[in-house]
Amino acid sequence: MTAEVITPRRAGSYPIRIGIPFAVVMLLLAIGPLVGLPKFLQSLVVEILTFSLLALSLNVLLGYTGLVSLGHAAFFGVGGYALGIIASRFTPDIAITLPAAIAATVLLAIPVGWLSIRLSGFYFLMITFAFAQMVFVAAFRWKRLTGGSDGLIIPAPTLFGVPVLQGSQQFYFFTLAVFAICCVAMFAVVHSQFGRTLVGIRENTARMRAIGYNVRRYKLAAFLIGAAFSGVAGVLNALFNLFIAPESAHWTQSALVLVMVLIGGAGFFVGPIVGTAIVIALQYWLSSYTEYWGLVLGLLFIVLISGAREGVTGLLVQIYRRSHRATP
Amino acid sequence: MTAIRVDDLSKSYGHFSALASVNLTVEPGERRAVIGPNGAGKSTLFNIIAGQRLPTSGDIYVYGTKTTGLRPDAMWTHGLSRTFQRNQLFKNLTVWENVELACAARYRGWAGFAARRSNVSALERDIVDVLEQVKLAHISSAQVTNLAYGAQRQLEVALALAGKPKILLLDEPTAGMSPAETEAMLSMLSRLPRDITMLIVEHDMDVVFSIADAITVLNLGEVLADGSRDEIRANEDVGAVYMGRQRREA
Repeated sequence: MTAEVITPRRAGSYPIRIGIPFAVVMLLLAIGPLVGLPKFLQSLVVEILTFSLLALSLNVLLGYTGLVSLGHAAFFGVGGYALGIIASRFTPDIAITLPAAIAATVLLAIPVGWLSIRLSGFYFLMITFAFAQMVFVAAFRWKRLTGGSDGLIIPAPTLFGVPVLQGSQQFYFFTLAVFAICCVAMFAVVHSQFGRTLVGIRENTARMRAIGYNVRRYKLAAFLIGAAFSGVAGVLNALFNLFIAPESAHWTQSALVLVMVLIGGAGFFVGPIVGTAIVIALQYWLSSYTEYWGLVLGLLFIVLISGAREGVTGLLVQIYRRSHRATP
Repeated sequence: MTAIRVDDLSKSYGHFSALASVNLTVEPGERRAVIGPNGAGKSTLFNIIAGQRLPTSGDIYVYGTKTTGLRPDAMWTHGLSRTFQRNQLFKNLTVWENVELACAARYRGWAGFAARRSNVSALERDIVDVLEQVKLAHISSAQVTNLAYGAQRQLEVALALAGKPKILLLDEPTAGMSPAETEAMLSMLSRLPRDITMLIVEHDMDVVFSIADAITVLNLGEVLADGSRDEIRANEDVGAVYMGRQRREA
């Protein structure tokens, strides 16, 4: 018997619908410095893009796979430290430091991921938290390698012996390019069959096993992908500041990124970017008025989590849908 | 070669013995029901065969291959799919997305990726086939949470069928259904190809007698009787412990 209605699951236009606004925003950001975007705003954009990348990488775990990690910033810290250590001890050439730092992050993520994905829920959260604290303590105590509490000063980067990324504008464009590439890569990952499998695992792990998926393998892959992009964000952060301190790997950093993802909306690809922009902009704006800016952020978080579980992006999507439903 | 062979299977929880030296064989193409009163060990046996639980002792063979202790995903690669007593669906996804996830499991790895790239419609064709098989094609775009209970049970079976199993384990497929929904489910199950071996755990005796070729009766973790429908109907012991015949006669 032929089906009455067969509606394919996806509207094929989704990548276009999200791709066009994304390209427009990237283009606007790219022409910003050329039309006189102030230096402090350029720094703000670099910070938002760097932490958005970190939040996006956490979202692969949280939003798509359903794994709540409280140790994600450890990979952010490891990426930065790996770059700093290689640059200060061997060579500051980014043709070597960049891939080596990301590789170091992934290498560390393999045993950590292998161990932690065997647990779920609260236990996964606690094991990732413990790992983050181990990285923090190592960075804090291993003074000879990491500089300890003083942090590590990173030599200015070069490329084949030529100094690069020296000016803030140069670094701005570099960050923009890395962010765009990583965004496209992550979008491709989460909207592939692999990404849909991660969503299946988030929705119902028992059923995924019963229909033949090796859930642990997929979780580990998601963990490594998240760690790799977190390492990229750590590298950007370290290159931007030319300095790295143990606090970058502290669990509070992981918690802050978690808040960014949840405020923006964990179930949406752009959610972490929205959340990061809100948190960092609020931090900049409020900290000029009060040192208790964290209280306002906490209040915003409570209000959002109580009233809009899907974050700001979810709220906007709901409003959009309602307005379209109301239109005759 | 038997489709499923269970050898001396036991399962204990502390001092409580849920299964004690259970032996069972299911021939290829056979439709066998496992029945028994509450606490008989049906679900335990079912979950051990499906790889959800580990036995305390004993072995399971699927088409001659020892599968004892394998995880559910590994059992799936041996051609064994299962349904759950309580629906295990992807509630926030649509019917189509649910079936797609289940069908896509057969297109994994580089070989599957290459096959999918060379014939992009193969996966979609599989999804449509499964949806038509379970009569859910007309509501494929509906979100699972919005489905009636009967349709959710049908989707539960669809997810198991999507893996093109050689052996289908059905855990109370009509549990909680209305008579009309039960009728639709039975009709759907009876239309499935005969080369799919079925092992069914079911409480409803009408359902059991209408689907099963052979019946195994469990009581207190042991096999009480094993035989055809007529043999089980005529078995006094079964009547006593399961159907309450003895009590009524008294």
